[in-house]
Amino acid sequence: MPTIAGYLQIAEETGKTLSQAVLEAQAEELGKTPEELKEKMRRNFQVMLESAQEGENPELRSASGLTGGAAARVMERTRRGESLCGEYFGKAVARALAVSECNACMGRIVAAPTAGSCGILPAALITVMEEKNLPEESAVMALFTAAGIGMVIASNATVSGAQGGCQAEVGSASAMAAAAVTEMAGGTAVMCANACAMALKNVLGLVCDPVAGLVEVPCVKRNVMGVVNALAAAEMALAGVESVIPADEVILAMKRVGNTLPATLRETAEGGLADTPSGRQIAMRLFGKTK
Amino acid sequence: MNAFDVIGPVMIGPSSSHTAGAVRIGNMAGALLPGKPVRALIGLHGSFAKTGRGHGTEKALTAGIMGMLPSDTRIRNSLELAEKEGISVVFEEVEIDGAHPNTALITLWNEQGDSVSVQGASIGGGEILITCVDGMSVELTGNQPTLLVLHRDVPGVIAGVTNYLAMNGVNIGGFKLSRKKKGDMALMTLELDEAPDERVTNGIRCFPQISRCVLILPAP
Repeated sequence: MPTIAGYLQIAEETGKTLSQAVLEAQAEELGKTPEELKEKMRRNFQVMLESAQEGENPELRSASGLTGGAAARVMERTRRGESLCGEYFGKAVARALAVSECNACMGRIVAAPTAGSCGILPAALITVMEEKNLPEESAVMALFTAAGIGMVIASNATVSGAQGGCQAEVGSASAMAAAAVTEMAGGTAVMCANACAMALKNVLGLVCDPVAGLVEVPCVKRNVMGVVNALAAAEMALAGVESVIPADEVILAMKRVGNTLPATLRETAEGGLADTPSGRQIAMRLFGKTK
Repeated sequence: MNAFDVIGPVMIGPSSSHTAGAVRIGNMAGALLPGKPVRALIGLHGSFAKTGRGHGTEKALTAGIMGMLPSDTRIRNSLELAEKEGISVVFEEVEIDGAHPNTALITLWNEQGDSVSVQGASIGGGEILITCVDGMSVELTGNQPTLLVLHRDVPGVIAGVTNYLAMNGVNIGGFKLSRKKKGDMALMTLELDEAPDERVTNGIRCFPQISRCVLILPAP
């Protein structure tokens, strides 16, 4: 099983960044050149850029009518210079909404690691790239950092909401994004691991409770929390703040928390927000029945 | 597991199981029908029946039957596209004993009246498992090149096919035989380490006891 500690050791011994360590290990395992893998990742990043763009369309609506237009509202207000927390923050929020709304409206996205959590990495990477004037190469490489974290989580815990709740989907994506932007901002491999640990710690216990069983409410807006949490964790890690509990242990804790979540809070649409008067009413309106 | 399992796949939303996986089940059914489908009857079981519409499962299955891949942006318009191409698609809710909650039972017909019936489940993260073809049990994931051979259940057919593959340097990684009853029709499922070229599959089709041979390739 891959571990964060394992990747950190490779990075330390070879003097490489986390993304380089992951890229080279993957090239070896898949029998491809690093350049071939980077090209494939570049195409994935391109799809992320397109989905962020598509999701900004104010006319976008999902089949259920529950989703669409939120990204457009936030982006417009941000562009008018009215954002409460500034343009950088407003754009990150808008892009997380945009990609998630694009997904809900049957647009093309990159599952990262899942479709339900697809807004977090694009929002974090595109916004940091733009804000810090970084080349696309830096975002593409950061996706390998994210992939390394994601593979460790998927191997040692889970990235499925049905198994581990939302902490496994949005939480994992947030941890992946935290590590990725930490590297983009020049952080060390150890800082990336700390950012990952802190982001995941913050969402332990988050339940998966989709209204009417659809990847819309609350998933779309939880992606916003995921990117904000990722940026906050990166901010701390870059300043040298360390996670008291190491990333690998946080990941195992996430798995154990997931195992103890009741089935009603693991994507069955039987608990949490799905089981509120409004949630049940929506399910009744859409499907003529509640679970 | 590799980097592109967690940063990927590129897919049409909203759900890897209810949308992307559904496209792949449709792909499998489409690949197993000789020629182009003109009619489809699609049974939706469990969660596919309950929340399928909100997830675009019907559009995804239809797109899959028409050969679109999970990343095809035409998926959201597939019902209109099917109508334009003269494919009649009918959905019904079904209950299949013991089936996975995300299961579809697809029956397709071509212009000549040939049909194929495929039962498959979307088992998470876009992965699928085809469990039944024409009433015979199979275990198809679509992740490796797979040869499906429908043949008469008589001595020597399996040896003939496996020897022929060996002669052509094709290694078999998995094998399953299923039959309705002794001496009737049987279905061989052969998972191969690499895809054989067309000459090999055409060669198998020339065997006298074989009525159909289909090669299914993993998505690019």
